Amino acid sequence: MRWDWIIEYLPRFFDGLLLTLELLLLSITFGMALAIPIGLVQVTGPRWLAVIARGFCTAIRGTPLLIQLWLLYYGLGSLFPMMPGIRDSFLWPILRDAFPYAVLAFTLSVAGYEGEVMRGAFKGVPKGELEAARAFGMRPFTLLRRIWLPRALQNVLPTLAGEFVLTLKSTPLAATITVFEVYGVGTIVRQETYRVYEPLLFVAAIYICLTGVIVVFFRWLEGRVPRPA
Amino acid sequence: MNDFVQSLGYLSFSDGWGLNLLKGLASTLQIALGAFALGLLIGLGGALGKLHGSTPLRWLLEIYTTLIRAVPELVLILLLYYAGTQLINEVLESAGLQPVDISGLVAGIAVLGIVQGAYATEVIRGAMRAVPRGQLEAAAAFGMRPVQVLRRITIPAMVPFALPGLSNLWLIVLKDTALLAVVGFSELALTTRQAAGSTRAYFLFFLVAAGLYLCLTLVSNVFFRHLEKRSRRGQPELV
Repeated sequence: MRWDWIIEYLPRFFDGLLLTLELLLLSITFGMALAIPIGLVQVTGPRWLAVIARGFCTAIRGTPLLIQLWLLYYGLGSLFPMMPGIRDSFLWPILRDAFPYAVLAFTLSVAGYEGEVMRGAFKGVPKGELEAARAFGMRPFTLLRRIWLPRALQNVLPTLAGEFVLTLKSTPLAATITVFEVYGVGTIVRQETYRVYEPLLFVAAIYICLTGVIVVFFRWLEGRVPRPA
Repeated sequence: MNDFVQSLGYLSFSDGWGLNLLKGLASTLQIALGAFALGLLIGLGGALGKLHGSTPLRWLLEIYTTLIRAVPELVLILLLYYAGTQLINEVLESAGLQPVDISGLVAGIAVLGIVQGAYATEVIRGAMRAVPRGQLEAAAAFGMRPVQVLRRITIPAMVPFALPGLSNLWLIVLKDTALLAVVGFSELALTTRQAAGSTRAYFLFFLVAAGLYLCLTLVSNVFFRHLEKRSRRGQPELV
């Protein structure tokens, strides 16, 4: 094994790491923002919205993320240039770049998986607590903000840690649509140095560290959230 | 929209890509089934090792399950694929045998199976621990040997506890086969990509592929729901 390439490529790995983190944080933020209403409407209704939300979760969870990513980037991306005038519009720099497609694909994926988790979480909050809040005269939105959402999140915090690790582990797929995050940088190094294993092992080590960070962060968060007796 | 309707002709079975897509679907199923079976075997062994093994064995298994679950599948597939084929050929060479060309199918099954094994170990270990102690003690009191207890009591009794986790793992391996496209094995995802690239009907082909995967998932869901119901027969209803 030879590791002398590492110093030369370290700055690029750092850029890749930033891109990975950016991708992860953006898709988790947007994804969770979508997952909360997707989970909620499946519990509260109206029926037609619940059916749509349920179908969305099934479709996302039933197809490989790689295919979703390619469908958005190659599929949707190949339709845009056909639209008249789009090349001159202000949107074109965004539509041409691969990164927004990656963020969109991962966001939808997080929304689909976590929507399902949040459905169970909302359902799991004891009815009595919601009734008590209503008896206090809280309006629906206040009830959601003060009681329902915090209680639901509290219950699924350990699950979410595992889910975000899975999201982290799927970010290398972005390299297949030319977003060079950590794994993508690793493939560049492999091509340029002809080293087969060392770059992969280095990349694997980075992901193990990132997984560790997520696990430790959530353990800390869980410690700070008061548990009901 | 007219273009889209016209491009549906690319899916024709006689002169289009329809047959190739179905072939890709078949190899996807083959790999998924093989890897799932291998994963179950590894998982069963791993769970027994974690529950009853010696301390060094338990440590090794802990390292195996932790590492596999912390590294992205794509990286694992590349590592195991290249390292595995090279290792086998080096061993063969040192034994004075001809190096072999390992087929993509076998390599794919082995790689995904090893990944599945780590997850299956955890699922089966949890299920085995859920089997009531009294049943195992009763079996021992009947004079059954450990292997008999395993075959007659532990394995049948743990199935209802393991099935939800195992059905999840099956859905995961089904979707993970798409990752083999990256190492150039022509299952459904790679066939789709080739079809899309050569006809330029990207949107159509990826949509069709997604539909095919979704069908597999939905059929599997029905199958596992049925299996779960069957394995719970005679047990009190869960609320």
